[in-house]
This record gives sequence, structure tokens and C-alpha cells, in this order.
Amino acid sequence: MGTIEKIALRRTPLWPAGHLPLKGGKGAKDACERAYRAAAAVVDPEIPAITIEDLGILRSVEMDGETVVARVTPTYTGCPAVLAIELAVEAALREAGFEARVERVISPAWTTDWITAQGREKLRAYGIAPPAKASNTIRALFGETEVACPRCGSVETARISEFGSTACKALYRCEACHEPFDYFKCI
Amino acid sequence: MAGASTVSRQALTAFLLRLADDHLVLGHRLSEWCGHAPMLEEDLAMPNMALDLLGQARALYQYAATVEGAGRDEDQLAYLRREREFSNCLMAERENGDFAHTMLRQLYFAAFMEPAWQAMLSSSDEALAGIAAKAVKEVAYHIRHAGEWVVRLGDGTEESTRRMKAAVEALAPYVDELFESDDVTAAMAEAGIAADPAALRPAFDAIVGPIFAEAGLDWADVPYGQTGGRKGMHGEAMGYLLADLQFMQRSYPGAAW
Repeated sequence: MGTIEKIALRRTPLWPAGHLPLKGGKGAKDACERAYRAAAAVVDPEIPAITIEDLGILRSVEMDGETVVARVTPTYTGCPAVLAIELAVEAALREAGFEARVERVISPAWTTDWITAQGREKLRAYGIAPPAKASNTIRALFGETEVACPRCGSVETARISEFGSTACKALYRCEACHEPFDYFKCI
Repeated sequence: MAGASTVSRQALTAFLLRLADDHLVLGHRLSEWCGHAPMLEEDLAMPNMALDLLGQARALYQYAATVEGAGRDEDQLAYLRREREFSNCLMAERENGDFAHTMLRQLYFAAFMEPAWQAMLSSSDEALAGIAAKAVKEVAYHIRHAGEWVVRLGDGTEESTRRMKAAVEALAPYVDELFESDDVTAAMAEAGIAADPAALRPAFDAIVGPIFAEAGLDWADVPYGQTGGRKGMHGEAMGYLLADLQFMQRSYPGAAW
């Protein structure tokens, strides 16, 4: 349990990815945009095909005086990649020439619906079936979500394991092309 | 921290530590299966769920440390309190036993927490509502996972049925404690921070009941339930669990990496 991780205990105003809260003049705006682009380019260490912007976990980038404050939210409470992502964001911002601070926000809770359309396409191309849109009925036992094989597109797929290589993924097998694949679980 | 203004700091800290201890201790128990599960899929599933529980525990300990304001951090709360200072429910510390026993324990706890988190979504305490918003989605997967196994094993082979029935028998004395109310829970309910545990029983029954029906299981009679966890009175297994969990910080105080 690292001491550098701090949980944000207040509700933080959030902006949709790409929209920048602005303070100051044009110079501040340019700097903020540059900072946003630097932070947004950080990739998920466990799914390097997709950026944290695609994943929808970069919640905001703003200037606090001379310091850039980037807010990041975890996918799952216990996601072990969160710390790595926060450090990577801080490093990317410093590399871009900013003094940087990364804050963790948990509210509102991340949902797979925040993955961008581009992110979903990148997941599919990478071999991970993107999450079904909107929440499924996760209380229904043995309930099967229709999951399309990211390789051949068949919906004749079977769940092998509710939990896959990470907490956010389940393991599926395509009955048409017989390839096993990860499914990004809907949450 | 709207809630903190209406309840005492002490009561809120006590409540948060109960929740955090439940999740840390149960998460630790579940992690004991890592590398020992009956099949690879379960060897992935159980540590993943242990990670959920540990993540929830961390969020709760961090918040508890802030509310307490005594200069302790999450590590000190997890690693440097003694057995009598832990206020987890007895269910969480029960030993794993066989796989059926573990799955039933996980179902019970998840079915208890799901309605508890649901209620905390609208908590007057915003930090807790934020933690609940994430946890409620994670615990739903736990119910589904454990519930499916309880059905498969309860309605499975002669051997699996025997083991699941034995698990029902063994864990029955620890169910009622989950729903006990006291001064702390009353203060939380009063301030709109969390539901009175007793009020969660119907929701718990509504989750577990259909699963038991499908699994062909009956509730076991409990002549007298076990209690005391919330007051720091634990079973024999708890000391061994803490010895395992805390030995690093006890042996090398302040160790960090």
C-alpha cells in the first residue's frame, strides 16, 4: 500500500474527455491543451493498444497555477494498474515540461460506457471483445451476454471463465473459429 | 463529509473500520486459494475477487484514517492493530475449508454487502457514496460467481451435494451476526450514512433464497448464533490469519518498497 496514493474525498467537478476547464488567458489555454495531449497519450500498461483517454479514465487536466493537475479514476477499486498509470501520467507531464500532480477520483464511478467509440474499435482490433453497451443483468445466474468474437465476428461464443487475465476481463471461446479471447466485462 | 457533521468522528471511524476489516480479512482468506484452486479458471477468479475486496478495504481504510485524524494511515490500520482491535464479522475470518465452503462464505458476504452498498449509494456521506458506487458493481459479480457454484455443487454429484450441505451447516452460526445492530449502526442509520444491518436481511434472503432453492439446499437450524466480531472477540483462526497478514510489518517495522 503505497503512501503516494491518495483518494480524493470530495466530489470533483468532472469534464468529459477532451473538454478542458480553462483559467487564465490564451497562454494558459495552450499549455493546458498541451498538457492534456501529453496525459491523454499514456497507454494502459495491461492493454497497451489503448490510451487512458480511449478508456475514459482520464477525467480532467487543468492548471493549478504553474502545476498541471490530472485526475484519473480506476476501472476497478482494486485495479493493480492504477498506480502504474498514475506514475506514467506524471512522468508524461514532466517530460512535456510541466510540474505535475496526479489525483485519483472515484466518484462518479467509472463505467465501461465511458470507453470511446475509437477505444472500442482499438480493443476489437487488439483481440479483446469490447463490453456490451449499457449494463447487463449481472444478478442473473448463468446469464449469458451476447459477445461477438473479435476475430471472426461470430456471436456463437461461450464463456470459459468469468475472470480472465485481469479483473476487468472475462475469458471466452469462439465456437465458430475456435479461438479463445478476452472480453472486456461490462461494469 | 456531510455525515461527519451529524455523527461523532469516533462512531464513523468505528463503522468504517468494521467495513474495512470485513473486506481486508475476507480478501486475505480468499487470496489463500491463489495457486491452490481446483481449476485454472478458479485460480484466476478467486485472486481477482480478493483484489476487489482488498481494493475496497484500502479505500475504506484510507477514508477511516482521514476521519479518525489520529495520524494513522491505511498501512498502520491494516498491519499494526491487534486482534482485539479488529472488528470484522466472524463470517469473514472463517477458514476456507473446501471449495464448497469458501463459495458459500463468499455468497453470504456478497449477498450481505450488495444491499448494504446499494443503500450507501445515497449515503449522506459523499466519500462513502463514492466508494459504494464502485463496490456495488463489483459485488454483483461476486454474487453471480459464488451463486453459480453454490447451485452447481448443491445440485451436482452426491459428493458435491454432501459437501455443500456440510458448508451450510458449518457457516449457519455466523449468518445472524451480519445483521446485528448496535449503537454504531444506529448512529449511521440515524444520520443517513448507512442502512441499519437488520433492515438488510430481507434483501439478503431475496438473493440467497432463490439460489438455495435452485441448489436444493435448506437453511440449517441454528440453536444459537456466534457473535462478538464487531467487539473484537474473534475465533481461534483469526490469530493465525493476522500472524500471516502482519508478520512483515511486525518483523521489519516500517518496511516499505
